Amino acid sequence: MQNTISPVKKKADAATWITAGIILAVYVAVFVLEQFLPATSMLFTVLKKGATYALVAVSMNLLNGFTGLFSLGQAGFMLIGAYTYAIFSMPMEARATVYQYYDCAINVTLGVVPSLILAGLVAAAFAFLIGLPVLRLKSDYLAIATLGFAEIIRAVFQWQKLGPVTNGSNMLKDYPTFNDFNITLANGRTLYLSTLMPFIIAGVCIAIIVLLINSSYGRAFKAIRDDEVAAEAMGINLARHKQLSFCVSSFFAGVGGAMLAMYTNTIQAKTFTSAMTYEILLIVVLGGIGSVSGSCVASFLFVACSEWWLRFLDQEQYIGTWQVPLLRNGFRLVVFSIIIMLVVLFYRQGMFGMRELPDILRGKRGRRAGKGAVK
Amino acid sequence: MSFSTVLPYLLSGISVGGQYALIAIGYTMVYGILRLINFAHGDVFMVSGILMVYLNASGLPLYISLPLSVLLTVVIGFVIERVAYKPLRSAPRMSIMISAIGVSYLLQNLVLYITGGLNQVYPTIPWISQSISVFGATTRMVTLVTPVLVVILVLALVLLINHTKVGMAMRAVSKDFETSQLMGVKINSVISVTFIIGSFLAAIGSILYFTNYTTVIQTSGAMPGLKAFVAAVFGGIGSVPGAVVGAFIIGICESIIKGLDLILLQAGVTTQMLGLSTFSDAFTFALLIVILIVKPTGLFGEKTTDKV
Repeated sequence: MQNTISPVKKKADAATWITAGIILAVYVAVFVLEQFLPATSMLFTVLKKGATYALVAVSMNLLNGFTGLFSLGQAGFMLIGAYTYAIFSMPMEARATVYQYYDCAINVTLGVVPSLILAGLVAAAFAFLIGLPVLRLKSDYLAIATLGFAEIIRAVFQWQKLGPVTNGSNMLKDYPTFNDFNITLANGRTLYLSTLMPFIIAGVCIAIIVLLINSSYGRAFKAIRDDEVAAEAMGINLARHKQLSFCVSSFFAGVGGAMLAMYTNTIQAKTFTSAMTYEILLIVVLGGIGSVSGSCVASFLFVACSEWWLRFLDQEQYIGTWQVPLLRNGFRLVVFSIIIMLVVLFYRQGMFGMRELPDILRGKRGRRAGKGAVK
Repeated sequence: MSFSTVLPYLLSGISVGGQYALIAIGYTMVYGILRLINFAHGDVFMVSGILMVYLNASGLPLYISLPLSVLLTVVIGFVIERVAYKPLRSAPRMSIMISAIGVSYLLQNLVLYITGGLNQVYPTIPWISQSISVFGATTRMVTLVTPVLVVILVLALVLLINHTKVGMAMRAVSKDFETSQLMGVKINSVISVTFIIGSFLAAIGSILYFTNYTTVIQTSGAMPGLKAFVAAVFGGIGSVPGAVVGAFIIGICESIIKGLDLILLQAGVTTQMLGLSTFSDAFTFALLIVILIVKPTGLFGEKTTDKV
């Protein structure tokens, strides 16, 4: 009677398999839908941007939710990643037209995947340097210092003296984007992969983050989050683990930035403002601080609402002949921010709390969900 | 380096520093009591500017619209605290900070909705927007009025904090939240008074700031807000005089950096423009990081110890 001896383990397996099935089904659905629906469908915009934001949100969650480091520097690392990707993946022949006012200093063109990895590495290297002084700070001081660094990075990238590398405050363009993943087959038909690829890139990265969280490093991160002093007493090297978490998070933020660059087709340093970081933070909060699957689901919902489902709020609508009041440009964002405030105030756990998708399928309350509700 | 090259930048630095000071006081007082970076404070400052634009457009005379905009700002500050921060008083500090970010997002989007995202021209306030010349440099009256007004307001505030019952309660609450509650201090009213004072000063600051910069848009509160916060940290968070000194230093440095290219060029140090003005915002944050590493308590801050 094996079943009665370890019922918990059996159930856990089922939930895990169902989760894996759901993820696989999503990938297959994305692939199939893309072949049949017109490429201009709003759905794909949402899916591409959603995958990008999911990666960035998970990377932020690694830092804020799993290591307890409240960092607001995400936009800065995304900027580094986006620029590194754009500069290194841009074809030679495009450089002369893009760098109109400068002599392009970097004359190497790498493939898409090496550029993506390089984007992450450069962001991580910056994070390492920034982390040395900044990670000594606690909670809100850390938040404001990382926010400050993001602003400094933004200013440095726009500096005209760096023009030969960054193109100053002008935009970068003509590098490979998501649409370049579409393959034209021999028989003249097109195999659409432009939405599947961001899913694969984000999926691989998120999988690595999940593996890290479930490793002994991840357990050390959680220990630091729950109680720094106790963690240190248990022999966890605080500085090393914080630095590791910060660098890994920034690596994936960099990759996410590169994906954002692929999504938007053109990039400019001035768009990577602190408002972008706040947006990602709100996604993390909506999904549940400390839940990877929560961040993923929340980012798709967030993007779908802001780009697609709530769009109607920005236009004048008529029910019969009666014009619905208030609806006009910008109302969508107001509704949106009110929803976010309601979640922050009354539903602090977010959608998933600290649970993951398998936990929810098991119908189990998260370990800390109850505690948080009482507090 | 001639004095006449530096003077205009110095003057505008003093002026903008004074305006940052008025915002910074709001940050430093709230942080002193709630240990909260009130991210929405910069946006309250911006909303105050927008209110003034709309009140003026509605045809009210200046002597009514000016006080009314200040009053409404104070009400907004009060309401924000009651609605967004009070329910989270016993929540972890991160939740309340996220709530502050949420409020900031909401205020910006509301203003975006109302104004349609267009630059709004701030009404000209007679007398303080007059042009005058100081030692050959042309500037506005507001440049001279700001430091004087700041000193008067800060003195009044210090008197309030040190010599009134409310001030005593504020000092007690910032020292120890729970104990002062046990001693019969009405925490909620003290916190409300803090937000009211902060918003009042931000409203005054906004009148001075926007008289100088003349246009208001939904994002115009974010940068001054962050800089004022940096000023508060620089001066030692929780200390009102510290925030003021920090704000003046930051304002002057920022303004000098804006003109550094020209100054260096004229002094013969460099032969071409370096584009250093890009860094006028970044400098503030560099300063913040340096001060946090070298002296985390700021210039006038008290040393705090974290209890385990």
